[in-house]
Amino acid sequence: MSIGIVAAAYIAAAILFILSLGGLSGQESAKRAVWYGIVGMALAVAATVFGPGMGNYLVVVVMIAAGAFAGKYLAAKVEMTEMPQLVAALHSFVGLAAVFIGFNADIEMGRVAAMKAGLSPTLNEVGMMAALHDLGIAGFAEKVAHKTAVELNILKAEVFLGVFIGAVTFTGSVIAFGKLAGKVDGKAKKLPGGHILNAGAALLSVILLVMYMSGAGSWTLYVMSLLAFFIGYHLIMGIGGADMPVVVSMLNSYSGWAAAAIGFSLSNDLLIVTGALVGSSGAILSYIMCKAMNRSFISVILGGFGNTTGPAMEVTGEQVAIDSDGVAAALEDADSVIIIPGYGMAVAQAQQSVSELTKRLRAKGKNVRFAIHPVAGRLPGHMNVLLAEAKVPYDIVLEMDEINEDFPETDVAIVIGSNDIVNPAAQEDPNSPIAGMPVLECWKAKQVFVSKRGQGTGYSGIENPLFYKENTRMFYGDAKKSLDELLTKIPS
Amino acid sequence: MKIGTPKEIFEGENRVAMTPDSALQLQKLGYSCAIEAGAGAAAGFSDAAYAAAGVEVVKTAAALWKAADIVAKVRPPSTEEAKRLKEGQLLISFFYPAANKDLMELSASKGASVIAMDMVPRISRAQKMDALSSMANIAGYRAVIEAGNNFGRFFTGQVTAAGKVPPAKVLVVGAGVAGLAAIGTATSLGAITYAFDVRPEVAEQVESMGAQFVYLDFEEQQQDGAATGGYAAPSSPEFREAQLKKFRELAPEIDIVITTALIPNRDAPELWTPDMVAAMKPGSVIVDLAAERGGNCKLTVMDQKIVTDNGVTIVGYTDFPSRMASQASTLYSTNIRHMMTDLTPGKDGQVVHNMEDDVIRGATIAHQKAVTFPPPPPKVQAIAAQKPKEKAKELTPEEKRAKEVAAFKAQTRSQVMLLGIGTVLMLLVGSVAPESFMAHFIVFALACFVGFQVIWNVSHSLHTPLMAVTNAISGIIILGALLQVGSGSFIVVVLAAISVLIATVNIVGGFLVTRRMLAMFQKS
Repeated sequence: MSIGIVAAAYIAAAILFILSLGGLSGQESAKRAVWYGIVGMALAVAATVFGPGMGNYLVVVVMIAAGAFAGKYLAAKVEMTEMPQLVAALHSFVGLAAVFIGFNADIEMGRVAAMKAGLSPTLNEVGMMAALHDLGIAGFAEKVAHKTAVELNILKAEVFLGVFIGAVTFTGSVIAFGKLAGKVDGKAKKLPGGHILNAGAALLSVILLVMYMSGAGSWTLYVMSLLAFFIGYHLIMGIGGADMPVVVSMLNSYSGWAAAAIGFSLSNDLLIVTGALVGSSGAILSYIMCKAMNRSFISVILGGFGNTTGPAMEVTGEQVAIDSDGVAAALEDADSVIIIPGYGMAVAQAQQSVSELTKRLRAKGKNVRFAIHPVAGRLPGHMNVLLAEAKVPYDIVLEMDEINEDFPETDVAIVIGSNDIVNPAAQEDPNSPIAGMPVLECWKAKQVFVSKRGQGTGYSGIENPLFYKENTRMFYGDAKKSLDELLTKIPS
Repeated sequence: MKIGTPKEIFEGENRVAMTPDSALQLQKLGYSCAIEAGAGAAAGFSDAAYAAAGVEVVKTAAALWKAADIVAKVRPPSTEEAKRLKEGQLLISFFYPAANKDLMELSASKGASVIAMDMVPRISRAQKMDALSSMANIAGYRAVIEAGNNFGRFFTGQVTAAGKVPPAKVLVVGAGVAGLAAIGTATSLGAITYAFDVRPEVAEQVESMGAQFVYLDFEEQQQDGAATGGYAAPSSPEFREAQLKKFRELAPEIDIVITTALIPNRDAPELWTPDMVAAMKPGSVIVDLAAERGGNCKLTVMDQKIVTDNGVTIVGYTDFPSRMASQASTLYSTNIRHMMTDLTPGKDGQVVHNMEDDVIRGATIAHQKAVTFPPPPPKVQAIAAQKPKEKAKELTPEEKRAKEVAAFKAQTRSQVMLLGIGTVLMLLVGSVAPESFMAHFIVFALACFVGFQVIWNVSHSLHTPLMAVTNAISGIIILGALLQVGSGSFIVVVLAAISVLIATVNIVGGFLVTRRMLAMFQKS
């Protein structure tokens, strides 16, 4: 396959990727959009494999087959509640691949430089290339050989950058995976020195970059990657579980930028285009998530809630418990019900019970809807996916802005395993750590039931005045068990 | 004790203060019930139905007045009826004590206690006996039905094979109970409904009923309805001017006007002037619910339907509740029953006339031979004082326009600035970087731009699939590994092979999981 055809295939692939992302604007077109992505990817891989400068086909075939098998297995096995972990784990793969490819580029540069040095300096350009061919260079190495001194320096910077971003993405994603899977403690943790350590490591990396560019040797690259590994680890360790939606989308963005940086070093436009698409997508998602929490990106990165400006408002009153009979009776009388799911629903795997409850209530002619806060769960759109898995129709699943005004006309609001996103302190208490964060105003409903495991505070450790309101009743217990018990009281 | 209900003697009055249902409830309170023969006939309740509910049917009014300890009726008593009152008797009815001073004094002198249903204070606890509201609700509903009866077109817009029908435009002036009921009825019939009230705080209620609130371009600290017990108070001349100007603007396009504006103890304010009537299209209808107090439109003739020279029908009926006698009687008798419940704390058929109770004190206008009207202000504030509104006030079109222009300018400025900064940065990079780099850099910048444009449109609920797809796509890094795998160096081949492996996991896993997720999204 000639280079022209490969380029044509790349253009087609890039367009397909753009269409694929654009198609996600609606549920129906999204199903087609995935196929665009798959076809684009197949085109790109096929064009590269059959393009010029390839070798070791056996290795490629074995690796792709093994990878495809593993990927298929993973995708089939994963529970929808485990989506956040899976996404984080996959990000780490991209990061690691970027690191390896960067190392390879460095090795190839060294090899080519050594070969060039071994040739007679009197050879002209064409003659040198022919000689190098005789020594057996192909593919990427051949491209490197063509480069002038300035271009080589730029290449070095690109490689360095690609490895850096890749390394941060790798360890960051591994930690995020650990936190989401519960293998690493979810609380924000920092080594003594905090962000000074990160800043120091980053500064050191810059110094190493300068040394690397001025020819200090490959060791600078390896030392830098260790530093970057540390930054990724430490950065994500310092971010609490409640901020995970931002972290995951941020890592998504990084994995894109890493691919783009590698694209620069390999002079591959498709890599650049795709990396930029993914990078900007992740960046926008992070922005949306931050906006939903009324926090700046910087404050999320710098980690943890805290630093309140004054004492939090005193919460008065008491939490009043209710049993499933009471909830069932209230639901029986209600005409309109809004359900607010949160991470607790995901943890308890209660989405099927919620769906069943919805079905039964809707069968009785009640208007049942779902209110989804943008940061509910641990991943952007997490709740939507869980509800979709449980076959809750997506047209009754509404965003915060669409439904917040309807609470005053709602008879019953059911809060299932969410806490901070329904915390009235965000609006009422200017000293609250979450002051100003947009929240679902469920307390305006005539009655609120909160399904919750115990009397403790939520993830952010903030007291929630909602639980003490007069129209709030606490429905204690594991979300799934409580709902199943409730279902026995509401005949279908 | 015995509760008796006579036949209403006011001409055209069809309502009755006791229904078989309410009688059953009253008997549960320990009372025995009596009714004058034929009293419920006009409202659709036969004597037999009363008898079946255990009500004693009394032949004549005189016998009933004599036998009953408590008389419940609808209209204020006539002079003859008042003369029949006796010592210790209790009369419950509408009374309008401010307008019927003589009657009130006459009743008091007879030694009877009188509870005026129209004087029940407007506090939450007393809502169940607020007969004015229940009657106003009916009046509002009936007003729309009456308007529809006299209006020659559909309320709802239709496109039929026989041509297009525009929807009717209804303006409701005064968004009290009657106004809100009218709004609800008109919107549910399919009309485009506008509503106006001098109390801006009711805008929310109006909008919740599905009508558009008509805002005035007027700056005045507008009155707080809470201070006047939820009723409207007279407005300033300037405000009135602004209001009339707005109505004049609206008049030519409105098909049906329903006016319900009343101010307690005053004549109805004139809101729909003759020139507005003249500006209306022929066939339009005005229903004036304030006709009894002179009407919000001066052309209104009380208790009559007239047609003006330009073909506008003006309905001035004052007996809307009576026109729906069955419904009105049911609601009114329930209000009476609630009043009796409050008067009978022991549920033993004995009235305890507790003058310390806000509601009972407020409604009692004669007790123990003394006139007890007007009542002292209630101890409980009727409605919580209005909270200071933080809501931005409605902007005039000019201000809105100015704001839009300003926002547009600011946006342009920031965009131009960003573009400028971007250009400078590009120039800086371009001045040092070689051409081959710049070629890739252009591609990169364009791709970022396309990415930003595309991602903004992704719907919220698809954010997780979006991440899975972008994740799969970022597996494109496999290309880098593929390009290197053909190298002559062993270590390069190994690293590239591992990269190919994990990138493939990423691609296949990402795409398949996205497909799985999207397959789950379904419509109801």
